Amino acid sequence: MCNNYKDVIALFLKKISTARQYAYSILLIGGIASACYLFAAYIDYHVVAFILLVAVSFIAMLFEIMPVLVSAILTALTWDFFFIPPFFTLRVEKTEDRILLLTYLLVAIINAVLTYKVRQFEKIARQRSEKASSVKLYKTLLNSLSHELRTPIATIIGATDNLQHSNAKLTPQNRFDLINEISKASFRLNQQVENLLNMSRLESGFLQPKNDWCDVNELVYYVVNTIDDNKVAQKINVNINPEIPLFMLDKGMLEQVIYNLLNNATIYTAPESTIDILARDYAGILQLTIEDNGGGFPEEEIGKVFDKFYRLKDAKAGGTGLGLSIVKGYIEAMGGSVVLENIKPHGARFTLRIPAKTSYLKNLKNE
Amino acid sequence: MNKAEVLIIDDEAQIRKLLEITLESNDYTVNQAATAKEGMVAAASHPPDLIILDLGLPDEDGHSVLIKLREWYTHPIIILSAQSSEDDIIRALDNGANDYLTKPFRTGELVARVRSVLRTRPMQESNPVFRCSTLEIDFSLRTIKKDGELLKLTATEYTLLALFVKNEGKVLTHHYLLKEVWGPGYITQSQYLRVFIAQLRKKIETNPNRPEYIVTESGIGYRFVCKD
Repeated sequence: MCNNYKDVIALFLKKISTARQYAYSILLIGGIASACYLFAAYIDYHVVAFILLVAVSFIAMLFEIMPVLVSAILTALTWDFFFIPPFFTLRVEKTEDRILLLTYLLVAIINAVLTYKVRQFEKIARQRSEKASSVKLYKTLLNSLSHELRTPIATIIGATDNLQHSNAKLTPQNRFDLINEISKASFRLNQQVENLLNMSRLESGFLQPKNDWCDVNELVYYVVNTIDDNKVAQKINVNINPEIPLFMLDKGMLEQVIYNLLNNATIYTAPESTIDILARDYAGILQLTIEDNGGGFPEEEIGKVFDKFYRLKDAKAGGTGLGLSIVKGYIEAMGGSVVLENIKPHGARFTLRIPAKTSYLKNLKNE
Repeated sequence: MNKAEVLIIDDEAQIRKLLEITLESNDYTVNQAATAKEGMVAAASHPPDLIILDLGLPDEDGHSVLIKLREWYTHPIIILSAQSSEDDIIRALDNGANDYLTKPFRTGELVARVRSVLRTRPMQESNPVFRCSTLEIDFSLRTIKKDGELLKLTATEYTLLALFVKNEGKVLTHHYLLKEVWGPGYITQSQYLRVFIAQLRKKIETNPNRPEYIVTESGIGYRFVCKD
């Protein structure tokens, strides 16, 4: 809760330029002073000092040190000029008032400086906790990567070693198998590197969808064919209305999303499972569902599977926990959403919704 | 027939080795250069039939090497790219590269690309009929047959298909296709291309969802492939 409040203020500060901070401070002070001036007949001018002090404290909570100091001095002058007799002059007659004015100025400035310092400390504390959480993420990354990258590397080194040094002892079948293992390991390694590159692209914050007209039918089949070329055991069915319009979206990103979801489904479901892909146009929203009749996800983990590096508790080897977080990151970068649910009697369904411009160009047929 | 000579400009010794073995076993003669400077000298002193150029060289940006080579070198250039950024590849193709391969690539693919860019076939003059498995195109009669049956193509579909066939095996970017078929004013109107590619596939492909002739080069363009 406390953290939230700090974040809100930090965000607020970031959004408001220094020039605006000065302007808002002066407006606030002017407003409060005017209000006090209207009721000057009813309230003692000493009370006005307290009201102005509250205003300065409020400004100190929100703004940077300089606007706050300026506000402190400005309120002191305003109080002196409009409220301390004699009016409309900076002159103060009573010694008592002079002491009060000086005290006012000191309290306002101390208030400003203290608030500033507290905020500095908070900033340092926040940076520390951010660092701690990034260290934790880094450790998860290292664990996951050292395993997921080293396994294929170990396979490649081991298999090539065997081929180089024990070649005479190997049967042709052995040799064939070893080469096959090298090939599979390289493919897996490439996949992991690809995921890491995609993730870093997302993390960089510069990822901007490059939209272009896109034939959903062509796109989905392109990915399905790529997956099929890897000789997957599961059957993949595509169900798309041939009359679906063209959509204006980032083809590369959507390809990656569908690839990751299909790839996941082929890794984590039994060989005899089937995977269905549906695409529909709902008035400018492209809805894609990818569902399988495998085991589905443990209900209590559904909320976490899109987290970076999150892997199911009983997940088998072969993933980095990046695939689904890339799916979510890409879909959100495209302004869309992704929902995961388990379906009856068993299986998982991912529903993607992406808002996009559409185009029906059926009048071209005779050109 | 003389062996075609290929010059490889790549700073990675392993990639050069891999290319050398693959190309030599397919009857090409291979020369190598590890830097842009060496490569330019080698190309100028003994112009090869084909240059394979890596875009990520240590001493000079691959794009500027490509541009300099294209000032005088007219034979094919295939670029290799490790970053596999589509913009990079499109830029290189616009700057005169004939084809591209992204690392990692399959050696079979490499050989197919080398073959197709080295093929110089004045198709229309010598033989107006082009055949590719079940497809038959007669450029003089402007007719297309599939399994011996005449296909009904619209004028635009014919222009598009003819352009593909004349550039068989070569990657054609979206911009290039739009410019050639519809005109320079249409290079951003990619919806035309999408619609006509889908229509053409429905007519010429056995399974339009798993195209064998008009292959998608994701993010770049299309390629007409003839497996014969």
